[in-house]
Amino acid sequence: MTHLDSELKFLKEELVAMHRLVYSQVSKCKEALFRFDNDISKEILVTEKRVNALELKIDRDCENILALFNPVAIDLRFVLAALKINSNLERIGDNAEGIARYVLDVKQPFPAELLERYHIKEMIDTCLSMLEDAITALENEDTAAARKIFLKDDALDQINRSVTATTIKLVEERNNMTLHFINLLSIVRKFERIGDQTKNISEEIIFYIEAKVLRHGQNIN
Amino acid sequence: MNKIETRNVNLYYGDFHALKGITMSIQENSVTALIGPSGCGKSTYLRCFNRMNDLIQKVKIEGDILVEGKDIYERGVDVDELRKKVGMVFQKPNPFPKSIFENVAYGLRVNGVKNKAFIEERVERSLQQAALWEEVKDKLKKSAFALSGGQQQRLCIARALAIEPTVLLMDEPASALDPLSTAKIEELIYELKNKYTIIIVTHNMQQAGRVSDHTAFFYMGELIEVDETKVIFTNPKNVRTQNYITGRFG
Repeated sequence: MTHLDSELKFLKEELVAMHRLVYSQVSKCKEALFRFDNDISKEILVTEKRVNALELKIDRDCENILALFNPVAIDLRFVLAALKINSNLERIGDNAEGIARYVLDVKQPFPAELLERYHIKEMIDTCLSMLEDAITALENEDTAAARKIFLKDDALDQINRSVTATTIKLVEERNNMTLHFINLLSIVRKFERIGDQTKNISEEIIFYIEAKVLRHGQNIN
Repeated sequence: MNKIETRNVNLYYGDFHALKGITMSIQENSVTALIGPSGCGKSTYLRCFNRMNDLIQKVKIEGDILVEGKDIYERGVDVDELRKKVGMVFQKPNPFPKSIFENVAYGLRVNGVKNKAFIEERVERSLQQAALWEEVKDKLKKSAFALSGGQQQRLCIARALAIEPTVLLMDEPASALDPLSTAKIEELIYELKNKYTIIIVTHNMQQAGRVSDHTAFFYMGELIEVDETKVIFTNPKNVRTQNYITGRFG
């Protein structure tokens, strides 16, 4: 293994570790929301500092590799992809923190019936499944796993589009719970963003392995 | 721990002031790259550590140069012993007109080693350390000139390693080699630093980035900046360093 190979291997390990950390943040959001667990929400806030610190470290490592080794071809694509994956993971972490803050700010748990109307469980499960596919794709350099993410993101987009109408209807039905509806709408938006950011990650993985650019509506096949 | 230290070293070639007040430490088991434009004093500085400048007429040196804590320019220093401890590899591969085996064994023989088994073991070990053994083990009696340029340079490294130095000085060791041989030499340098302290002069900044832990930038006889290589190549403190590494002068 050359010196560059060992640096790239270490960078990949850091990226996978960041990925797993962020996955656990999103997973804890499910517990926080459904059990209305403030302790778990606070844990998410504390762990967010680790996510931020790791993001800075990975950025520095990418910078050092570019400066010291002048990588080319797949190695260059990997470092460029790592920079963007890192940034997207950090933003997923931000969104998870935002969701945890909603749980801490409301005085009462979200009624189960509302969590169902807003498809919260479905959104979280889809996000987690997408993040799992992304970790698999990154660890195994598996672009098929990366491509599975696109359809799942479509499902999240569909839910996101539907909840505005859901919210309007609910406000008309029960305007004493408007704050809950607004909070849930915001939570749905955050999960939709997590989906988008995970899709961005899969696009970067495909870029680094296949040298194909899929941003801005390019053909996914 | 500092393997080598220089304190306020000034060197003159007659009236020409070639090194100006160089104060620098070099850590043990590390690779330090000396970079800078032609004529800035890099090779002159390198040659201070094994007193090769003694061979040049009208050279005057002031200041302290310490290897393993001892001033190597003190009266009574055995220069031959110093040069065993501080080995050197030059830009152009310079194997002796002898067999591959004898090239590596030469240093041992001139130091009075006669034990055949010892010499054979040491030759094999040195060629392994220089990542050349597998390529030459079946032709040790062949002339060193039959080897390619890259192989000859690795042979010269093996020759230096045979007498068990603690410091290796390399003056542009890969500049005369093709890219593949250069890559092999660079990987070798990266592995050797676990056992040796290596100082390398290079005009190739990317090479300095790839192989070294610390980089020292010289300009017109002065040491402008020395730091961890990743700092020099991501955020140098001196604007002259930045201008040099970005190709804006030199």
